[in-house]
Amino acid sequence: MNQSRPKNLNLFTIHFPIPAIISILHRMTGFALFLLIPVMIWALGYSLTEAGFDDLTRSLNTFYMKFIFWLLLIPFCFHLVAGIRHLLSDVHVGDTLLAGKISSYLTFIISFLLIVLAGIWLW
Amino acid sequence: MVKSVLGVNHQGLRDWVIQRLSAIFMAVYTIGLIGYLVCHAALSFAEWHYLFSQTWIKIATLLFFLLLILHAWVGVWTIFTDYIKSFVLRAILNSLVLLMLAASFIWSILILWSV
Repeated sequence: MNQSRPKNLNLFTIHFPIPAIISILHRMTGFALFLLIPVMIWALGYSLTEAGFDDLTRSLNTFYMKFIFWLLLIPFCFHLVAGIRHLLSDVHVGDTLLAGKISSYLTFIISFLLIVLAGIWLW
Repeated sequence: MVKSVLGVNHQGLRDWVIQRLSAIFMAVYTIGLIGYLVCHAALSFAEWHYLFSQTWIKIATLLFFLLLILHAWVGVWTIFTDYIKSFVLRAILNSLVLLMLAASFIWSILILWSV
């Protein structure tokens, strides 16, 4: 085997195809959501006590809490849309190369729209 | 459980099915809950508390959390297996994740029990 072949494993110069970017973001958002599991359970439990419900609804009227809550919704929106795309390709909807590229762009567009809608809903 | 932590007990097809079934259930549950919140803009504590006092939503919510921790376990296990090369470190991290997920599930049971 020729040992002197050039090797390029510099992640900053490799051009990733768009489905690969979707895939890694799906992983990263999934890991972020995993870390948020205790926060979700805490929020559910707190909202089911009367004092906690009042506290949560009051603090969700402040800009900072709205912004933090909105930031937490971003990985959720992306992971949901990318997950639906993944499930569709499991049943061979859009699993050709061209359709995969188009659905990757659609994933970005739809999750971006959902994030904007979530912002409108919050404010 | 020991085999799971060490990563020698993972059956591809079983994990694959768990990941898909849990994904479908969680998507339906979350979209439904978000729909409820959007339809009830001025939600009161009484309405919210009543919703979670009903048996059907307790079952659906507990099922949601059970499937969530299974989904998270398959996902995190895959990520650790891909990126953490040291066997000892991976086994320790897997153990911590499994404990954290089990504790989260018990916590969710206690919360729904008390409503």
